[in-house]
Amino acid sequence: MEHFATLAALTLAAGTPLVFAALGELVAERSGVLNLGVEGMMLVGAVVSFIVTATTRHPWLGVAAGVTAGAAMALAFGVLTLSLMANQVASGLALSLFGVGLSAFIGLDYVSAVVEGIKPLAIPQVSDIPVVGRLLFAHSPFVYLFHTRAGLIVRAVGESPASAHAIGYSVARIRYLCVIFGGACAGLGGAYMAVAYTPLWTEGMTAGRGWIALALVVFATWKPWRALGGAYLFGGVTLAQFQAQAMGSEIPSQLLSMLPYIATIVVLTLISRDAIAIRLNAPASLGKPFHPDA
Amino acid sequence: MRLRLEARPQPSRSMAWLSPLLAILATIVVGFLLFSSLGRNPSQALYVFFVKPVETLYGIGELLLKASPLMLCAIGLAAGYRANVWNIGAEGQLTLGAICGGGVALALEGVGTGAVLLPLMLVAGAVGGMAWAAIPAWLRNRCNANEILVSLMLVYVATLLLSLLVQGPWRDPEGFNFPQSRMFADAALLPVLLPGTRLNFGLVIALAAVALGWIFVRRSLTGFQMRVAGLAPAAANYAGISMQRTVWLGMLIGGAAAGIAGVGEAAGPIGQLLPSMSPGYGFAAIIVAFVGRLHPFGILLASLLMSLLYLGGESAQIGLALPSAVTGLFQGALLFFLLAADVLVNFRLRIVRDSSIAGAAHAAKAGI
Repeated sequence: MEHFATLAALTLAAGTPLVFAALGELVAERSGVLNLGVEGMMLVGAVVSFIVTATTRHPWLGVAAGVTAGAAMALAFGVLTLSLMANQVASGLALSLFGVGLSAFIGLDYVSAVVEGIKPLAIPQVSDIPVVGRLLFAHSPFVYLFHTRAGLIVRAVGESPASAHAIGYSVARIRYLCVIFGGACAGLGGAYMAVAYTPLWTEGMTAGRGWIALALVVFATWKPWRALGGAYLFGGVTLAQFQAQAMGSEIPSQLLSMLPYIATIVVLTLISRDAIAIRLNAPASLGKPFHPDA
Repeated sequence: MRLRLEARPQPSRSMAWLSPLLAILATIVVGFLLFSSLGRNPSQALYVFFVKPVETLYGIGELLLKASPLMLCAIGLAAGYRANVWNIGAEGQLTLGAICGGGVALALEGVGTGAVLLPLMLVAGAVGGMAWAAIPAWLRNRCNANEILVSLMLVYVATLLLSLLVQGPWRDPEGFNFPQSRMFADAALLPVLLPGTRLNFGLVIALAAVALGWIFVRRSLTGFQMRVAGLAPAAANYAGISMQRTVWLGMLIGGAAAGIAGVGEAAGPIGQLLPSMSPGYGFAAIIVAFVGRLHPFGILLASLLMSLLYLGGESAQIGLALPSAVTGLFQGALLFFLLAADVLVNFRLRIVRDSSIAGAAHAAKAGI
């Protein structure tokens, strides 16, 4: 029983960066903006939080800095796609490539640094308080999107920006806020990895989690609760792979390390096969720029 | 007074060519600021970054050597991008190309295949890259799975596969347990074009790809159909252009080109299989394709620029004690600025003066 609780806690810990990143991206996509830069925002969030933690010795300050950095990256993406009407796919790729380069550059002096990370607050047999916090956090986008007026407006902007504009809402402003929220969440996911989960910084340490988060949003058919489940499912896969390696399995470690990526492809494929479910659930204006005059 | 974006009735052709230049200029300005903020003399730093690497013949050889895989990959990617097929897994397809081409070289060592060996390796590499690209193409056509995510996930899988091979079955028995294959025999290496440099036959292949790319886009029906599919999917559908075929072609061309680029690395400057066969050429090629406007000749120029960024990073590491990661920073910034400058292709900036009432009030307040 105790072993099971430990495993559950570890699974939750492994899935948490994905939870943050996927839920943030989900909100952005619900407003009609596809931001492929999640990986870049996570990396920058991770490196900034790590550097701030290493220099100030205050992990929570580091987390705040990581969140801010992710939001700042998202703001740059917003300027490109929402103010300058750039292609969202290309801009998102640019954001990811830029984030990889930027984080490698500024993090170079901190690669072997050691920090005192955030310790989980242990409650015997139950798991930890951050988990409860995470569940609450995951609950909030759900409540926000489906049970508040503001969430209704976000969804309206994502479904039909022209209608939302016609009845007086500023499409650009709402999308900016959602994109920045997405960036802050991705930064939080990165900060969690660098300050709490590992805690260390290595180049490209998110190892594709930003991209997996994007796949999770599709997998969840843009519903927060399903994104949460998917993220922990992937936490489980990641954990199973580590466990198998630790137990000295006969299978080469590289094959085990492929598991999360292959699982992503399989899951994405299975869910996408149902073309109608995707079309009914995807925000209708996803990826399309909106300019009031055009 | 404020700035307003006004839609142009037609995209501006001159801006389409000017915006990459604007982006390059902005990137250099950022470099200037970055170098001075790091306490280096900015003009000297820019010299070390952009001029010093190509001052010698050897340097020019390196420039062309690194431009070749970028050119190849970007030509292949552009074929898909024009049709809105987003293959971003060229890095993985390049790796598979290196695995297949390198595998042929290792398997046929000492068999005495002579002049057939290199063509065989190139074909194997192309097939490997295509096979890797076929997975996202098939899943997109068959199951509607997003090709961006699938092709990217396969990059990680390909890297792990290569690492598995060079640490396991293909490891050099005399390599002191380093994760690397045996060195290739001379017959499995691309011939050097310019004595005194490392520039090899890969450049000829890349230039041929540029020429083929131009013919494909401008002179072939299939190339035209793929452009239509990208610009106006509904019209393409009405005209009976198959989207499935477009996806297949877009992905496979990209996969083949990247696979050949992978063989070029294995049989060129590296000469064996290592756990990592490319410093991110497959990703940098995405930037090359965009900066080159998806046009073969634009890609040719953009690949030279991107290659210079790689060389500049190395030069800055030696001459300025700056991390070579600065290359990735510049690459990302360049694409960012390009996308921002592209707004001027479809929109024009107009200065809108404050409304006359506000203007009058302002004048009154000033006591005029």
